[in-house]
Amino acid sequence: MRLRALKAAFPKTLPVMAGYLFLAVGFGVLLRKSGLGAAWALLMSTGIYAGAMQYVTIDLFLSGAAPLESALMTLMVNARHLFYSISMSEKYRNTGWMKPYLALALTDETYALLAADEVPEGVDSRWYYFFVSLLNHGYWVIGSVLGSQLGQMLPFDLAGIEFAMTALFVVIFVEHWQKKAARIPALVGFVASVLCLILFGPGGFTLLAMPAICGVLLLLRGRLALGQ
Amino acid sequence: MEARHFSIILAVAVVTAALRLLPFLLFDRKGRSIPPWLFYLSRVLPSAIIGLLVIYSLKSVNLFQPPHGLPELAGVAAAALMHKWKRNTLLSVFSATTCYMILIRLF
Repeated sequence: MRLRALKAAFPKTLPVMAGYLFLAVGFGVLLRKSGLGAAWALLMSTGIYAGAMQYVTIDLFLSGAAPLESALMTLMVNARHLFYSISMSEKYRNTGWMKPYLALALTDETYALLAADEVPEGVDSRWYYFFVSLLNHGYWVIGSVLGSQLGQMLPFDLAGIEFAMTALFVVIFVEHWQKKAARIPALVGFVASVLCLILFGPGGFTLLAMPAICGVLLLLRGRLALGQ
Repeated sequence: MEARHFSIILAVAVVTAALRLLPFLLFDRKGRSIPPWLFYLSRVLPSAIIGLLVIYSLKSVNLFQPPHGLPELAGVAAAALMHKWKRNTLLSVFSATTCYMILIRLF
């Protein structure tokens, strides 16, 4: 049963593996440049496990931020995780002892994989969720330690590799766009985010875009089909 | 130096964990089911948040300075078109990233 779930989960995580290895190696390289080695990369990628925020954390180290300032920054950058957990609470209802880990491992990409797709037929959903989460977490940890250890030795220049994250989000957006019921919500999220970015700038626009998106979606309630 | 780094990591980790765990702690006990409006939101939010994440990952692009976000635009177009064409996530991500990495070296 577990092996079957692992076999179903692994191919689904391949794009995330590619994206995470890119991004995590980049993180490891930058962290090493800031003076912190592989043990720190391991600690951060295991314990924080939030890609964009870990990059921001390097900025916090360098700018001499206090823990309170770091906590507030995290609240802004990672507020979206509240919504990920809300939206997964139905699917994760009967996951038992795994639930705390599944919740803690709910990154953008893991969420995107598990929220969009149904569990393949004949596969135990609990173990499927578990392996998707664990594999992605593993790629992230391995990539950041690798980046820290090998980054400087690489014979080629990795600048721009972080675009893999954007490309992955665009691809997932296209997937949603092709489902009729998801098209209007996707458009709402996109337009509201563009407007908030123009109005409030890149600093904390997600903090304002989040409630704006929720508000518009709630106003549209009843008009939007709930279907998959 | 190490203590300062450690306290920052702790702060970031605790807030991130709290954001991820809180909804499960609030709505998961027996008898405390999710209100219908929140259930509705949890169904439509995934699609909307993806739109936000696309913008979020592009938020630092400066349109008013050369190359005016052109590498990013080309990369996004490459990802979208490639995906419409082949529907292979890995291929779409790889070709878009390659396209972007070449363009930022040219401009």
